[in-house]
Amino acid sequence: MRQILSGIAAAFLLALTAWPASAQDGPLRIDITEGVIEPVPVALPQFIAETAGAEEMARQVTQVIAEDLTGTGLFRRIPQEAFISSVSSFSSPVQYADWKAINAQALVTGAISVEGGRVVAKFRLYDVFAGTEMGEGMQFAATDSGWRRLAHKVADQVYSRITGEAGYFDSRVVFVSESGPKDERAKRIAVMDYDGANVQYLTDSGAIVLAPRFSPDGNRVIYTSYQTGSPRIHMLNVGDVQSRVLPAQSGQMSFSPRFTPNGQSLLYSATTGSNTDIYRMDISSGSTSAITSGPAIETAPSFSPDGSRIVFESDRSGTQQLYVMPANGGEPQRISFGPGRYGTPVWSPRGDLIAFTKQNAGRFHIGVMRIDGSEERLLTASFLDESPTWAPNGRVLMFARETQGAQGTSSLYSVDISGRNLKRVPTPDGASDPSWGPLQ
Amino acid sequence: MTHLTKALLLSTALLAAACTNPDRFGGAGAGGAGAGGMAGAGAGGIVPGSANDPQSPAYFNQTIGDRVLFAVDQSTLSPEAQATLDGQAQWLQRNADYLAVIEGHADEQGTREYNIALGARRASAVMEYLIANGVAANRLRTVSYGKERPIEVCSTEACYSKNRRAVTVISFGTAGAIS
Repeated sequence: MRQILSGIAAAFLLALTAWPASAQDGPLRIDITEGVIEPVPVALPQFIAETAGAEEMARQVTQVIAEDLTGTGLFRRIPQEAFISSVSSFSSPVQYADWKAINAQALVTGAISVEGGRVVAKFRLYDVFAGTEMGEGMQFAATDSGWRRLAHKVADQVYSRITGEAGYFDSRVVFVSESGPKDERAKRIAVMDYDGANVQYLTDSGAIVLAPRFSPDGNRVIYTSYQTGSPRIHMLNVGDVQSRVLPAQSGQMSFSPRFTPNGQSLLYSATTGSNTDIYRMDISSGSTSAITSGPAIETAPSFSPDGSRIVFESDRSGTQQLYVMPANGGEPQRISFGPGRYGTPVWSPRGDLIAFTKQNAGRFHIGVMRIDGSEERLLTASFLDESPTWAPNGRVLMFARETQGAQGTSSLYSVDISGRNLKRVPTPDGASDPSWGPLQ
Repeated sequence: MTHLTKALLLSTALLAAACTNPDRFGGAGAGGAGAGGMAGAGAGGIVPGSANDPQSPAYFNQTIGDRVLFAVDQSTLSPEAQATLDGQAQWLQRNADYLAVIEGHADEQGTREYNIALGARRASAVMEYLIANGVAANRLRTVSYGKERPIEVCSTEACYSKNRRAVTVISFGTAGAIS
């Protein structure tokens, strides 16, 4: 807890000292790493409907863009009532003074046209205080059922141009949807947009399913299912929802599958008797090789983004701890040394950090550390937090939080790597084991 | 596996046992007790198939005890657990027509995948003990449910201690029929 508080305090100090200067001087830029406390005021007038009857679509698209941007905690939308200028045409010149007067630092204008089941979104982004356009105007097109993706793509551009980071709004999350009481819980693999929209179920609730993971291209999902009566790894095509069980040795339980960065192999855990080790499987041939050995529990592997190393958890020291080793074999190096137990390590897509679940003194935490184990920071604390997964840009984590007691349920949450902007991700039922897919 | 779920529960005693057995998610079906096992028992006023009938699955599940409990994050067998398993091993030796699946479980205080591995350790500890006490290995199989199938739902040690368990689920069948 003290580490969380001091982390927030540090972020707050940084914000006080660094933020006002960067807000006023030079071009508009948010440095995400500095733990922004004061959101940037953005003017986002409702997009203009350029075809007859497109007003409702324009309203919805603008709303989703606004939710994406303000949902980061980095932006604040200025209410329409405060506007001095009205934007009546996408091509009309910007009256910077009018936007400056209401302290808008960024202005996003856009237009929507709907024709023959096709939606086109255009937008421009302006740095109000510099009096310049940021980047070029862009347009995106989609079928009308894909309109939310258009909004996410615009918001990704705005986010990316202002922060200098890749966006993450046009992405999906695969997770386990949970329903029913704690001792009779039904689980289904499901996918949704990153913001909880468009939930689609990929399996029925006939068998226990656990810990799905997207392939790097987002087209396949691997997960553990008890469909055969024992935990086995299944692979599913998201497109046609066809799945197959992957080969396993007789009498072995296999679980905890993770794709390699090229999507052609996977790491997983297999248990023989009391011993659980990590193996690698070539998906097309089914051939396997052992990555770890010895009597300890070794599970929850994760590749570095370049594929050269893996991080995993092992209780070879007596308790669950994190270890890093070369992907093609070699001596694992322990990287976690704080009090408590560490599990479910996940390498950041940027390569710089490892997210983990930590259990200490009866509490669970989601945290991050550098890949050598230094600079550990705990981002959350609760009765039961686990299963962190990285946003494709490595700036946000999603995880599962389970509440205490007989009525306990699991929900998904997201949090910035600064520890700020903790919020619940809406899902129709309970939800656990999120895995964030790539930017589409 | 199929023959396990097809097993009929014949006697009322068995049905009662199945209803009170909280492991209703057990991979082998409710109660896990199969048909048979009551033939030839029932001497001396003992109701055949009841928990007083030493040949019955009800005797195994209730009188001997079908489960053993573990300490936090441990898979070692306590003296109490060993006494239960001694009884299980003797029963299985006397009733050679039964197979057993040992289900390992963990409480909710742990990460999901680790708990599957931990449950496997617990189930394996039971299986090794039964083998060491004379039960043929080909009559036994293990599976771990990790923290997926709690029988008690509160979030205190009173419930956790009952969830950290390995349950020996017996079924009528032929050795070697399970893999």
